[in-house]
Amino acid sequence: MAEIKKATGFIDWLDQRLAVNKFIKVMMTEYWIPKNINFLWAMGVVLMVLFMILIVSGIFLLMYYKPDIKLAFDSVNYTIMQEVEYGWLWRHMHGVAASAIFLVIYIHMFTGIYYGSYKKGREIIWLTGMALFGMFSAEAFSGYMLPWGQMSYWAAQVITNLFGGIPFIGESLVIWIRGDFLVADATLTRFFMLHVLLLPLVILLLIAVHFYSLRIPHVNNQEAEELDFDVEAKKYLDGKKVESKVVPFWPVFLSKDFFVVGVALTIFFYLVCFHFNFAMDPINFEPANNMKTPAHIYPEWYFLWSYEVLRGFFFDIGGVAAMDIGLAAFGFANVIFMLLPFLDRNTEHTAPAHKRPLFFVWFWLLLIDMIVLTVYGKLPPTGNNAWVGFGATITFLVLFILLPIITKMEANCKCNTGGCK
Amino acid sequence: MRELKILAVVIFFTAVVYWGVEPFAHSQMHPHVAPADFAFKDLGVSAKKGDAAKGAETFLNAGCIGCHGVSSQGMAAPMDNASASASFGVVPPDLSTAGAIYDKNFLAALIKDPTKALKVEHKFNESRPHPMIAFFGLGGDIDQEVADIVAYLQSIAPVAPMDDKQVYADACQRCHDMKYDKLMSTTDKAALMAYMGTVPPDLSIMIRAKGAEYLSTFINNPQKQLAGTSMPRVGLTEKAQSQVIAYMEKVGDRKKAEREDLGYKLIGYMVLFTLLAYAWKVKIWREVH
Repeated sequence: MAEIKKATGFIDWLDQRLAVNKFIKVMMTEYWIPKNINFLWAMGVVLMVLFMILIVSGIFLLMYYKPDIKLAFDSVNYTIMQEVEYGWLWRHMHGVAASAIFLVIYIHMFTGIYYGSYKKGREIIWLTGMALFGMFSAEAFSGYMLPWGQMSYWAAQVITNLFGGIPFIGESLVIWIRGDFLVADATLTRFFMLHVLLLPLVILLLIAVHFYSLRIPHVNNQEAEELDFDVEAKKYLDGKKVESKVVPFWPVFLSKDFFVVGVALTIFFYLVCFHFNFAMDPINFEPANNMKTPAHIYPEWYFLWSYEVLRGFFFDIGGVAAMDIGLAAFGFANVIFMLLPFLDRNTEHTAPAHKRPLFFVWFWLLLIDMIVLTVYGKLPPTGNNAWVGFGATITFLVLFILLPIITKMEANCKCNTGGCK
Repeated sequence: MRELKILAVVIFFTAVVYWGVEPFAHSQMHPHVAPADFAFKDLGVSAKKGDAAKGAETFLNAGCIGCHGVSSQGMAAPMDNASASASFGVVPPDLSTAGAIYDKNFLAALIKDPTKALKVEHKFNESRPHPMIAFFGLGGDIDQEVADIVAYLQSIAPVAPMDDKQVYADACQRCHDMKYDKLMSTTDKAALMAYMGTVPPDLSIMIRAKGAEYLSTFINNPQKQLAGTSMPRVGLTEKAQSQVIAYMEKVGDRKKAEREDLGYKLIGYMVLFTLLAYAWKVKIWREVH
């Protein structure tokens, strides 16, 4: 045990017991971030702030919400929205943050893809990030069920039904997930548990691993330049701050992030108070009614692209039912991003997309295709819409099949040391 | 400069997604319908000028009070709500305010041919007659007699402006609940279920579910937005309908004023925060650039 001396002050007292000075150095003042970055690198902190908003607003909502199909709708729409002081504010913040966080997740994700931050030592960052995406999706889906409105009920109906397509065990699996033969009270209470306990715990754990996995390979930068962090950190500590290619997390990096967070929250509060229908679907303000199917059932916007992949195949092919092909494509879409670091066969080089000509085209095609899928995922799947959805689904699948080929070509290209300009 | 370029790209793609899944998708799912028609043109216009004094007599002779009450004139409804529910399927309205809240052409058309004016011809026919019996006249000029009845109803209608809740109660409460304002349908639920084929929805937060724009065309002509629905056309005047919608907003979106007031403060606070954060950022980064 270290020698404990009479403390010179409170901080010193703490430091002798918890090594707080060392801790602050490691986590904040000597946690080095490359200087050559842009505002897209602030998305992680924006996500953290939105997640905190979700936790805090969620705790307030939890005080009045009643997980019972007879009480849920009124506990949300009357008790919380009308009776409790500022209950509407917490609910609007919760609903809008849940939607907004996905926009930022997608920006964060596409930033990672563009700048090649998913490979060459950064695979675990990507994998934990995608696991977080999966958990946030489950969190969003389970949360959407809680107000027990029309969309809550019918989304639960459609999504739990999907598991029925899995060979052999499908039918039993659906009953196991629902806890009943149909979507009912047992379904609501278990998704409530997932939403407020199990999934948040998993998310917190994954966030910790996600942050930790960043420490060894370090944060990427705009040019994907490989830095010697020890050398650059020493320059900074020696006072050569301008020359050094790194800055400390606190206060330099965060000072910029605070500004970005400020802009993000300004927009956020505008949406919370004046423009919230995109995140709180009006149809969900009608109570769940299993006798009345809504004219249009669609998931929240952030699930639309994969939903469109699911229903993109609208005709049987070679005796295989359209629904089964769709389900297989849906499964593919939901795991393929996870595999990105391993599909990119140019493993030795990291560069931003604008220095990888083939990959650059691939990136923008993927982004545009996912936007097409998203928009057509909401439109009624009839006439031309169905064919556009089909085409976009095929494009999505083909793009991922092509990725290993084009990155291999890139790696084999002898120009400029391996495919990068 | 580069950051602004990146920002423009992010904003562009975000805007395209938003446009696609919100305004564009909704325009595809809910095709635009013609605006509300408060003249009820499809019912025609009667050129006859009604005489309220004659109308009072016609009103009594026509047998209206066999089913309807006119409480403001001391004529109580002939049946209590439970018996009326059982006999008619829905409690017939008290007509004290009818002349004020319903359009006069609509009233005239309704008296002569209820199913046509109410647009429920798909539900009621000879084998299943509508509970309101059409007025076949007292032997004179039927259009004149109808005009007189309407003039009578208008003459007894309250002169002072009605409050929003009263208009709602007279126009909608026979069938609909407004649970969050503790206003329940006057008709018995089982009778309503049999009469309408489904229990008419609670309207507490319908304003959030449908929005004022949809409601204004829907109440004016339900078939336009929801073909085949058993909800009848209500026939409210433009003013009365806007009062109904205002009441629905008062109940269903009770915190709107608070939300918008707080909205400006929250945005103001964040703008201030952002400016200070920017100033701090510039100060900190001056050393490292």
